[in-house]
Amino acid sequence: MTARHRAPGRVAVHLLLWGYAVVALLPLVVMLVNSLRPTSEIFTAPLGLPASPTLRSYGRVWTEASFSTYLLNSLTVTCGAVLLGTAVSALAAYPLARYDFFGNRVLGAYFLAGLMLPIRLGLVPIFYLMDSMGLIDSLLGLTLLYAASGVPFCMFVLSAFYRSLPGELDEAARLDGAGEFRIFGQIMVPLVRPALASVTLFQFVPLWHEFLYPLVLLRSDEKFTIPRGLSQFFGEYTTDWSALFAGLVLATAPLFVLFVLATKQIIAGLTAGMSK
Amino acid sequence: MPRWRVLAVFLLPAFLLYSVFIVYPLVTALDYSFFEWRGIRQTGFAGLANYRDLFGVYPYDQQLWRALAHNALFFAGTMLIQNTVGLLFALLLFRYGRGKRFLQAAFTTPYLVDPLVVGYLWSLLLNPTFGPVNSLLEAAGLDSWALPWLGDTRTALPVVILVNAWQWVGFPMLLFSAALAGIPAEYHEAARVDGASAWQAFRRVTLPLLTPAIGVVSVLTFIGNFNAFGLVYAMAGSTGSPAGSTDVLGLLFYRVAFVEGGVNAIGRSSALAVLMFVFIFGVSLLASSYFRRRERRLL
Repeated sequence: MTARHRAPGRVAVHLLLWGYAVVALLPLVVMLVNSLRPTSEIFTAPLGLPASPTLRSYGRVWTEASFSTYLLNSLTVTCGAVLLGTAVSALAAYPLARYDFFGNRVLGAYFLAGLMLPIRLGLVPIFYLMDSMGLIDSLLGLTLLYAASGVPFCMFVLSAFYRSLPGELDEAARLDGAGEFRIFGQIMVPLVRPALASVTLFQFVPLWHEFLYPLVLLRSDEKFTIPRGLSQFFGEYTTDWSALFAGLVLATAPLFVLFVLATKQIIAGLTAGMSK
Repeated sequence: MPRWRVLAVFLLPAFLLYSVFIVYPLVTALDYSFFEWRGIRQTGFAGLANYRDLFGVYPYDQQLWRALAHNALFFAGTMLIQNTVGLLFALLLFRYGRGKRFLQAAFTTPYLVDPLVVGYLWSLLLNPTFGPVNSLLEAAGLDSWALPWLGDTRTALPVVILVNAWQWVGFPMLLFSAALAGIPAEYHEAARVDGASAWQAFRRVTLPLLTPAIGVVSVLTFIGNFNAFGLVYAMAGSTGSPAGSTDVLGLLFYRVAFVEGGVNAIGRSSALAVLMFVFIFGVSLLASSYFRRRERRLL
């Protein structure tokens, strides 16, 4: 068991891990690089650096293929849904976690059941429900549906968080004559802010990627979210590979930006909560 | 204790949103499945006829079993490849020195990408004429390996499984890494002192202690694979081409409900939704309780 005996094994481990890092990242690099090359260049050499990098495909995808509209729609629906879902859950989780009223446990279980249900299987009734409310091909309809799908997860995290807060906090405020809404707004919400930040981020990613709902519920191009628009776009631009790669980059970039920004935000939120 | 009216203001918005858009549709799907439909009109109680149709009427009788088999293969392949490799990476990275952070970040980066984008990206990369994968294989002298990966009924499903594993392998890796960090160092020490080989220590000490993590990874993999839609749709369209060789339950449900437009589409697709619901929810519950029992025996 000397270092010399183990050396070949070590080398194999390094090779395997760094080799796989290339496999994990190279496709994404190819996506980015090929979006900067004209299609003719991609067709003659599928792998290669751009002879003269150009953003022309991005311009085409952004305006002609209306990615600017898709991006705006995705932002509207996802942000609206995340805010709504988080807000109603922050309200509902408070009494569920802090008061022992009649029906509390049943109601808590009712909300948490949603964590395990394959909710997309309700799609056919959802379609006719939306139809009856005039919410087919509507960003509002999609926002409400997305918001509802985030409720179980938010309730789960926020209830645990409210429960961990000491009971003296609201008792003191109540003795001072503060009403429930005041206690909620001025004491509870500031204290659960770190949890609000993380449930916001965790809802954001799957909603940003949601494809089946908009595939079924949206009809017109000017209402499409990014995933729905992307599937349309791949049907129309089949031979314009440069544009296809640019579209994939544009669909991916917002989430990468969000993660770079939000990771700092979340860490800041957590540490700020600790220093108090 | 606040008054009921105050409680209602706190509780009602979430209750209404969740009940109307999540619970009501799931309950209604069950109701729909017991009726015969003509377009959007119910024409009478059908009992279990819609369920019987799924197993007895062409083409559902063939497509249902085929899709179920593909989902089962998808799950088995993912457990075997993605989760085993994820565990291997977690073990290798456990005591890895410089570069550990970078490697973990690199392995997990693909799961920030939309599954739909991953599917479209790989369908371009694997294109038989202009795709970089085959041009790389040819450059390496492996011309006979430059196959139409997604165009051949024998390779299409395995390729979909591999692409899915490429996207998600960081996830079991992170969960197993966290679980490994939670195993006290003395256990490994004790195994070594008793003269156990590295493999014996892994098999007899590490692996049993990973049971909770393996349980979580298995159940989440099951739920993820049986709900697969975007990735397969992007790589193989709504029919699971070529020739249905990548068709899965999610695609089949979408087609029966919204694409094929049969007269009784609502009745049959609702029956299919209920079957999938019972299967996915039931298996996840059974698996969860199985792993909890194993865990308890461990302690």
